[in-house]
Amino acid sequence: MKITVNGRPVDVPEGAMVSAAVSLAGITAFRRSVTGEPRGPLCGMGICFECRVTVDGRAHVRSCQVPCRPGMEVRTDG
Amino acid sequence: MRASYDVAIAGGGIVGAACAAACAAAGLSVAVVEPGPIGGGATAAGMGHVVVMDDSPAQIALTLYSRTLWIESIPELPADSEYLPCGTIWVAADEEEMAEVRRKKQLYDGIGVRTEVLGPKELAEAEPHLRAGLAGGLLVHDDSTVYPPCAARYLIEKSRADVVRQSAAGISGGAIRLSDGGSISAGITVNATGAWAPELTPGIEVRKRKGHLAITDRYPGFVTHVLVELGYLKSAHSTTADSVAFNAQPRRTGQVLLGSSRQFGSEGRAIEAPMLGRMLRRCEEYMPELADLTTIRTWTGFRAATPDKLPLIGPCPGDERLYLATGHEGLGITTSLATGRLVADSIMGRTPHIPLEPYLPGRKQEAH
Repeated sequence: MKITVNGRPVDVPEGAMVSAAVSLAGITAFRRSVTGEPRGPLCGMGICFECRVTVDGRAHVRSCQVPCRPGMEVRTDG
Repeated sequence: MRASYDVAIAGGGIVGAACAAACAAAGLSVAVVEPGPIGGGATAAGMGHVVVMDDSPAQIALTLYSRTLWIESIPELPADSEYLPCGTIWVAADEEEMAEVRRKKQLYDGIGVRTEVLGPKELAEAEPHLRAGLAGGLLVHDDSTVYPPCAARYLIEKSRADVVRQSAAGISGGAIRLSDGGSISAGITVNATGAWAPELTPGIEVRKRKGHLAITDRYPGFVTHVLVELGYLKSAHSTTADSVAFNAQPRRTGQVLLGSSRQFGSEGRAIEAPMLGRMLRRCEEYMPELADLTTIRTWTGFRAATPDKLPLIGPCPGDERLYLATGHEGLGITTSLATGRLVADSIMGRTPHIPLEPYLPGRKQEAH
């Protein structure tokens, strides 16, 4: 299925999590910390909150916990 | 450490810190007795709203004077005090509350407080995440927010007071007795221990009034003014029933701070889910999209409430060398700086900027 990450189309397999899609798009800094440091997935199970992105306009979504849906628009602030 | 101080203050919250700074500025030597972090009690729990309030003429005088002192201190406030000149919007849900908006506007015009009446359209433009159908509001321009613990720390540092890391076990006009058996002797002592003040000075009319608060993750721009429902006044007024009122505040970080709840008779620090739930549902009634934001922390704190909603500032009847500086309820951040000045003026025998009488301990208090 196709979703977009920062406006660019990305092909992802059925059942992929948003975190995988962001990685497939070649992005490592999913977001910036309060002091501007790059952050990305650490635990992969919804505990660390490091992988947050904006999904369809909704901020601070844990990308490792949300499966991709066709047409989804994902934004990172990394 | 000295053998004796001009002033010894029990309590290193924002009120004790402001007293320390004002006394030091008057040339007095100062010690502050505080076992925990500076600004770690109600000061850290509170919202940090610097606001003019009009419950009574004495409350207007104290909040307006103190807000002016905050504005004067802006150039020297450190960045971590997060001073944010965002203004307050008193949100009116219906025409009855719009009548209150107009009453407040007239009153504020008369005392030189800059305000603006907002209709439904202007309110929606100012705060797009408020629900549709609200009647309007009153924007009070020069209200602000600060991050209180850092502001308290700044005041203590400015005062160069000696901080004694112990609990006060007793206080009298001549000394503060410490939990380790020692004591700090002083010309004047000040009980600034907030809601715990009656433990050191039994019999004073201060009660714990518990509040719940919640803070969200960072959503910059979601709220840009301090928003308070006008029904808040009814909530804050009720001295018996538990109550909640919508109060949302922007932080410099982009976080949204949410309140408020008021409870007497609940003295444990634990979060009470039914009360927190009531509070958050009230907030959602005003801002439905809050339901989509992530809350990252909730906590409670204890306001020091008095029957007439005015703090106790000044010497105790029967012990003129023991001062009280407590009972600020939900306005301690706003009124801390004026409290410090009034205490220092009284000690120095200077004429205060506003009359001290309405706040003197020993006044006849009538609940209203």
